[in-house]
Amino acid sequence: MDFSILIQVIVAGLATGGVYGLIALGFVLIYKATSVLNLAMGEFMTLGAFICFTALTIVHVPFWLAFAITIIFGILLGIVIEPLILRPMIGQPIISVIMVTIGLGAILRGLMYMIWNPTYRAFPQIFPPRPLNLGFAVVPSGLFWGFIFAVITTILFIFIFKFSRTGVAMRATANDQQAALSMGVSVKKVFALSWSFGAIAAVIGGVVIGNISGINIYMGDVGLAVLSVIILGGLDSIGGAILGGFIVGILQNLAGLYIDPLVGGGAKDVAPFFIVLIILMIRPYGLFGKVIIERV
Amino acid sequence: MRCGDYKENYIKDEEIFQSRFVKFWLALFFIFLIVFPFIANAHMLYVSNIIGFAVIGAVGLNLLTGFTGQISLGHAAFVGVGAYASAILITRLGISFWLSIPLAGLVSALVGMIIGIPSLRVKGLYLCIATLAAQFIFGFIFVHWESMTKGITGIHIPPPRIGSLQFDTEKTFYWITIVFVVLGVGYARNLVRSKMGRAFVAIRDRDLAAEIMGINLFRYKLSAFAISSFYAGVSGALWVSFLKVVTPDHFPFTLCIQYLAMVIVGGLGSVIGSIFGAIFMTLIPEVLNVLAENAKNYMPGMEHLLIPFKDVVFGFLIVSFLIFEPRGLAEIWNRIKKFFTLWPFSY
Repeated sequence: MDFSILIQVIVAGLATGGVYGLIALGFVLIYKATSVLNLAMGEFMTLGAFICFTALTIVHVPFWLAFAITIIFGILLGIVIEPLILRPMIGQPIISVIMVTIGLGAILRGLMYMIWNPTYRAFPQIFPPRPLNLGFAVVPSGLFWGFIFAVITTILFIFIFKFSRTGVAMRATANDQQAALSMGVSVKKVFALSWSFGAIAAVIGGVVIGNISGINIYMGDVGLAVLSVIILGGLDSIGGAILGGFIVGILQNLAGLYIDPLVGGGAKDVAPFFIVLIILMIRPYGLFGKVIIERV
Repeated sequence: MRCGDYKENYIKDEEIFQSRFVKFWLALFFIFLIVFPFIANAHMLYVSNIIGFAVIGAVGLNLLTGFTGQISLGHAAFVGVGAYASAILITRLGISFWLSIPLAGLVSALVGMIIGIPSLRVKGLYLCIATLAAQFIFGFIFVHWESMTKGITGIHIPPPRIGSLQFDTEKTFYWITIVFVVLGVGYARNLVRSKMGRAFVAIRDRDLAAEIMGINLFRYKLSAFAISSFYAGVSGALWVSFLKVVTPDHFPFTLCIQYLAMVIVGGLGSVIGSIFGAIFMTLIPEVLNVLAENAKNYMPGMEHLLIPFKDVVFGFLIVSFLIFEPRGLAEIWNRIKKFFTLWPFSY
């Protein structure tokens, strides 16, 4: 195998990994604060992509405005859904919490099908189409800009989380809800905010992925592959999500390169799930996840 | 009619058919099941066969998720393994349908035990993602192990037969389905009041405490996975024998969600609940179909909205049951029963 192809694939994997990291961050932000694994994340992504798409092609606004609309929509999505659907689930068994997000996903998918047809659409050209030549590898334009977007968003999130008042309140809630409550943090607000942050990460991820590979209502299936990222990084670790994103992105692309010819395609899509099983057997709580010590 | 609880010992409390009243209605229900194929049309029989397979699968999943508390997002994989096992046994090895069903169940149970191994180390969300991964991996195997599964073209299965009697119509297959449903439900109902069933419930409520009380977690968790997958395998094998063909498209991730929805809508940890859930979740799309047929006359051009509308209704049902009636149809059933025990003097 040509060495330059390998480099090429690894660079592409890194770029994909950045996007995965962003979506994984969405999962982690929600999980850390509210202990909910949001399996409707893929639908959030798709919804974001479609909102941006509609604003661009039907309302004809410039990209920055469409992007802002998408983000505001993400915020609203989180604020509406959390108190409406997730709050009644507090204290319920895990299976109920998971199923409620799956049900939410089904509702969103059905509504999206009704509003926008299931047909495949190409995203309008936002970024210059010229691929970026790094010298040792060539990155397609969509992938490169997607990576830039993902990295900027991720860094912004980390700054908000580390330094802003809201971020501190969120971290406090994640650490100990009762203590946070007694220090005057409104846990309700933090829950809704975490969902908003998660939704923002998802909709931006949706716009980026839509820009890379076009949009249709089933593009949210990527959300399930990202589960392997958060399992690898640990469900509640932001750093783990980002690092996991890169690792899974590269491994997935390598699987596409080396294993696909052996089995006749499809290895790229199923590789993340093999990674999940292997990690769960070796290191059940991921690379950086908090090991839960149970006491009777 | 009785108007209170007159049980004097625990054996009475554990009886499945607790009163003459229940036995009477159950007998009536069985008579209805036997008469049903003679009065129903082909489509109704088709739907009742599908309900039958769903009942077997849902009861199996409830044993795992509702009773043992081990979440499985990979039930469709077990259904698929059973289906493929039976199809391959029948077409390749020439084994008769009747033997292939239990064998398919056993193959499924074996696979289920392997998938269940992570349950000893991880639980909750992590287990749920592990089973989800298994689901996608098996989907991949069904498509790509072409020498065995024939890939996306699928395997055609000859209809089952006894001597010259062929079970190739909805009506004839109904008898096979009903026998398996009764066996499956009866076994599950008995299992949950046995030692094993109690161990399952103990594991669900607190697995560490259960272990301290002397329940072997390794053994019982894997048993739960095995039994549940056995049910799934049998359900899948029957299903594809009924459809006469098996392809990878029959076992998508949405099938897992459908089974979970049946269990949740029916009621977690209730055998009768899974029956209700299976019936309910299978009938809803049918009802929507009928509604759409009628709506066509008033609003032409809206038919294409039916598919997404099913999705919306499906999701809405799951969400609203979880929020407003977390114990499912079984609890509604109990309430109705309680209302009528003392009716009309409810004080």
